[in-house]
Amino acid sequence: MSGAKRTPLFDCHVALGAKMVEFAGWEMPIEYQGLRAEHVNTRTNVGLFDVSHMGEIRVKGPKALDTVEWLTSNSVAKLENGQAQYSLLTNFEGGIVDDLIVYCLEKAVDYLLCVNASNTDKDFAWVVKNNRGAQVSNESAQWGQIAVQGPKAIELVSRLFGTKVKSVPGFHFLPADFEGAQVLLARTGYTGEEGFEIFVPAAKAALLWNLLLDKGQDLGVGPVGLGARDTLRTEMKYPLYGHEIDDTTNPYAAGLGWVIKPASKDFIGRDKIVAGKEAGLKRKLVGLKMVDRGIARQGYPLFSFDNKEIGKVTSGTVSPSLGDNIAVGYLDNEYAELGCEVLVEIRGRKLKAAVVKTPFVQKN
Amino acid sequence: MATYHIPEENYYTKDHEWAQVDENVVTVGITEFAQDQLGEVVYVELPEEGAKVTQGEVFGVIESVKAANDLYAPVSGTVIEVNASLLDDPGTINDDPMNDGWMIRIEMDTEKELANLMRAPDYKKLVVK
Repeated sequence: MSGAKRTPLFDCHVALGAKMVEFAGWEMPIEYQGLRAEHVNTRTNVGLFDVSHMGEIRVKGPKALDTVEWLTSNSVAKLENGQAQYSLLTNFEGGIVDDLIVYCLEKAVDYLLCVNASNTDKDFAWVVKNNRGAQVSNESAQWGQIAVQGPKAIELVSRLFGTKVKSVPGFHFLPADFEGAQVLLARTGYTGEEGFEIFVPAAKAALLWNLLLDKGQDLGVGPVGLGARDTLRTEMKYPLYGHEIDDTTNPYAAGLGWVIKPASKDFIGRDKIVAGKEAGLKRKLVGLKMVDRGIARQGYPLFSFDNKEIGKVTSGTVSPSLGDNIAVGYLDNEYAELGCEVLVEIRGRKLKAAVVKTPFVQKN
Repeated sequence: MATYHIPEENYYTKDHEWAQVDENVVTVGITEFAQDQLGEVVYVELPEEGAKVTQGEVFGVIESVKAANDLYAPVSGTVIEVNASLLDDPGTINDDPMNDGWMIRIEMDTEKELANLMRAPDYKKLVVK
């Protein structure tokens, strides 16, 4: 793993006996005691995830709002201090540079963009290139980030930061003091569970991690690796860049029309995205459940019973919550109806799968 | 660092299969190191009895939650027995990869191919860094 970067929590992972792998140029824990146990613990108790590899791009100054409006597809003007928003960085061809969360630190003049680790350098270069006069900086190295997710996550975070955290609504965040530093407690996540993603200065990240493990013992808190992070997000059909979305994806085809606001503002690629939708999108992102025995994986082709190629799998795994083999993929519209059966080609054999309702796991 | 049980009498492939030779019958499975790397096994695909396999070529697939991985035949020959219990209970491969987690038995074409495989001391060097 020579050359791979380490998060501020590297030593914590080693001490916990994590299996480390290289991911997006980072040395990350893939699992600790076992993927399935970590997955189930997040659904039933509370899991801690090191997401310090995520990128943080700061956009400040009088032109901050103009710049973020231009770069992203969702309506930034609507954000008040302490609000967060899922959005997309779009390109001029109407594809997706990355998906991200925009945090409004100070309305109109100060935003934090949280982007994918695998795209941080690309995104920062993109932001710099298409900047509309804001001060932009790559703060990725300064921040550690810990996701606390699960039915008991809010209780755990409140033990460290007080009961005020219990009243933070979804997609809002609260700045808080931690050991003389400022942290951001964001009611966001990538698991479908309630919880927080805590932005913490890198130097304090290990302290916070260990404190969360310590204070949550009776709640059943445990660390969770990237393996379960992926199965948890797949059960919710949350997109992962490089799987469900990439620079050629029309956001409407990926089911992300709800973060596209073409009527209220102009942004990079707007007209192409809208034109693509109006011309009629051929395929649609759906959830699949295997009927025959087998696991569909990214890239496997989908066929109709009369042997036409009608789509492609973007993600697939066994669902630890359901025990079923589930997949996400693009299907031609005429086959993308609930209940429709299609065939997945798995190593030369065509196996049956059915289009099902998503999220695969229903949360309140 | 984890320590792995690597029986002296077995042969090993660089892809982490073990081969136990009893006259002309070779029992095949994956090593403790391999199961540890894979994580929890959720699915295996094995050949049918009577199938021909070729040294160094794919004879089956093993999937963890995370990914699918090919299984490589340590020797060429004919599959004479398949551990069908693994199809319903693939977790056995994690629990006991060297015994109950065996996958297939091959009647090998020629003993000469064994010379292409590793013995325990060399395999140990491969997995213990």
